[in-house]
Amino acid sequence: MKIVVCIKQVPDTKGGVKFNPDGTLDRAAMLTIMNPDDKAGLEAALRLKDEYGAEVTVVTMGLPKAEEVLREAMAMGADKGILVTDRVLGGADTWATSTTIAGAIRNLDYDLIITGRQAIDGDTAQVGPQISEHLGIPVISYAQDIKVEGDYVIVNRQYEDRHHILKAKMPCLVTALSELNVPRYMTPGGIFDAYDADITVWGRKDLKDVDDSDLGLAGSPTKIAKASDKVRKGAGEKVALETDEAVDYIMGKLLEKHVI
Amino acid sequence: MDFTLSKKHEMARSLFKEFAETEVKPYAQETDETEQFPAETVAKMQKYGFMGIPIEKEFGGQGCDPLTYVMCVEELSKVCATTGVIVSAHTSLCADPIQTYGTPAQKEKYLVPLAKGEKLGAFGLTEPGAGTDAQGVQTKAVLDGDEWVLNGSKCFITNGKVADIYIIIAYTDIVEDKRGRKQKKFSAFIVEKGTPGFSFGTKEKKMGIRGSSTYELIFEDCRIPKDNLLGARGKGFPIAMHTLDGGRIGIAAQALGIAEGALERTVEYTKERKQFGRSISAQQNTQFLLADMATKIEAAKMLVYKAAMKKAQYQADHKTSYSVEAAMAKLYAAEVAMEVTTKAVQLHGGYGYIREYDVERMMRDAKITEIYEGTSEVQRMVISGNLLK
Repeated sequence: MKIVVCIKQVPDTKGGVKFNPDGTLDRAAMLTIMNPDDKAGLEAALRLKDEYGAEVTVVTMGLPKAEEVLREAMAMGADKGILVTDRVLGGADTWATSTTIAGAIRNLDYDLIITGRQAIDGDTAQVGPQISEHLGIPVISYAQDIKVEGDYVIVNRQYEDRHHILKAKMPCLVTALSELNVPRYMTPGGIFDAYDADITVWGRKDLKDVDDSDLGLAGSPTKIAKASDKVRKGAGEKVALETDEAVDYIMGKLLEKHVI
Repeated sequence: MDFTLSKKHEMARSLFKEFAETEVKPYAQETDETEQFPAETVAKMQKYGFMGIPIEKEFGGQGCDPLTYVMCVEELSKVCATTGVIVSAHTSLCADPIQTYGTPAQKEKYLVPLAKGEKLGAFGLTEPGAGTDAQGVQTKAVLDGDEWVLNGSKCFITNGKVADIYIIIAYTDIVEDKRGRKQKKFSAFIVEKGTPGFSFGTKEKKMGIRGSSTYELIFEDCRIPKDNLLGARGKGFPIAMHTLDGGRIGIAAQALGIAEGALERTVEYTKERKQFGRSISAQQNTQFLLADMATKIEAAKMLVYKAAMKKAQYQADHKTSYSVEAAMAKLYAAEVAMEVTTKAVQLHGGYGYIREYDVERMMRDAKITEIYEGTSEVQRMVISGNLLK
């Protein structure tokens, strides 16, 4: 079985968020991590590899420094890493991103594509399903469990107050929730191997069946009007009351605001 | 000369740090309080290859360099010195000498499971009458047909009862030197747990590193195969000394980690603790103490990392010695650990003396780093011996 996992390097929420003048994120200036949903997707792929045997290829689109996240994935057990990077791809929204990644994946053999549900920076949950549309394959989103049975994948999909069990013939795409599993750690030897391994680097010319008008900032229908860091909360209200009165006061406020 | 870590070392550090924070730190206080060996943590470390970091891949290890191993012990010790020494004793004192001196068959049989973490290792040199003075060793091994017969006892053995494979130093011959004085000649042996005649004595109740299993080992007509001689007959002393050179880098890393952990806690605490209407970190006394602690830790780190890199040079070319670097690293890092943790407790005031606060444990843990695997005095002997030779 061949599994492609799409991963993204995202800002570490422990560090500060920084923006470019055009409102897009200044990724080079921020501390980064592997997007948590993507990491769960990678873990799911590695578990399928452990159980059934599979070749796991990780793909990311980003700045050259995004190779770090590929090496991290390889240190966890992924077999190959592909970095899609090119100046003309910068500033992409979900449409341009999914077009780019689909263009890269068309060069690969795959039975299953796993993406995270959504990235903690953009929070759109659009890229995974859009990739499947571009490639003309089925998608099952919000996976909280993934099994393989012959040519089929059986997915438990989280759905508000219930769950669905869906079966799809491969090739197909599944989007993973971070609740899917607890990702494994890297191993020290895995890290050394990952840094000895070659990362495949693809640019615009390596993308298959894509149109320039669908790429990068220019190919992005989404225009950001304004972006800013979180607005600081006000000082709030301070009251000095005895414990019993304080409890009543807080309960009153919560009722007043319809919190309870 | 470049003092920045390579990207792969940075990634390894982030791995060890995340593992230590998530899997080790939550149990550190309980491990100390209950004096229970943290078997579950060791099982997790085994799963991720932490028990064979500097061992070659060919023998089931991770194939990393000594610096990576040192950073692992350092990060573990930042949150739990017990966990740090378990890895250090296992790797430096048991797996490493088998990698260096073992025959292909010994490596296959013993090094592979050690490097994979399936088996835990320990090392026995110290005896009630012999620590620094090796000639005091009373444990004796006599060749009887195809077997060595061991008699004697070892004390203060780290990973004592929980280990599966032990490197034991015993004397095998007595020779006369030029002046007619009798000298014991030592040899090193690999002994498996469960060998008839090999049993455990009392468990030591310690001041610090209380979760580490420290036991007396007893050998009563313990018969082991002839092939379990490690290295050449009569070469046990240089093997033990060389093994301890490596072990000292591990302990230096443990000491460094303890000091770093204590500084981290103290920086947090002094920012939070308010006296006279402001946080105590606003007091110049606090600031100067913290500055000194941080500076000494940085100096210790340079010595520890340098020793690790010198050991890597040794692995590439056995003519290189890292004995002095290891001694300096351990001497300095251990003394810094003791000084930093003592100041950390002082800056915590009364709370620093209470078990609920990590620095109380760290100060107790730090003391052993000045004692085991060669006291600070022994390190000074090694360093000055090299200067005055």
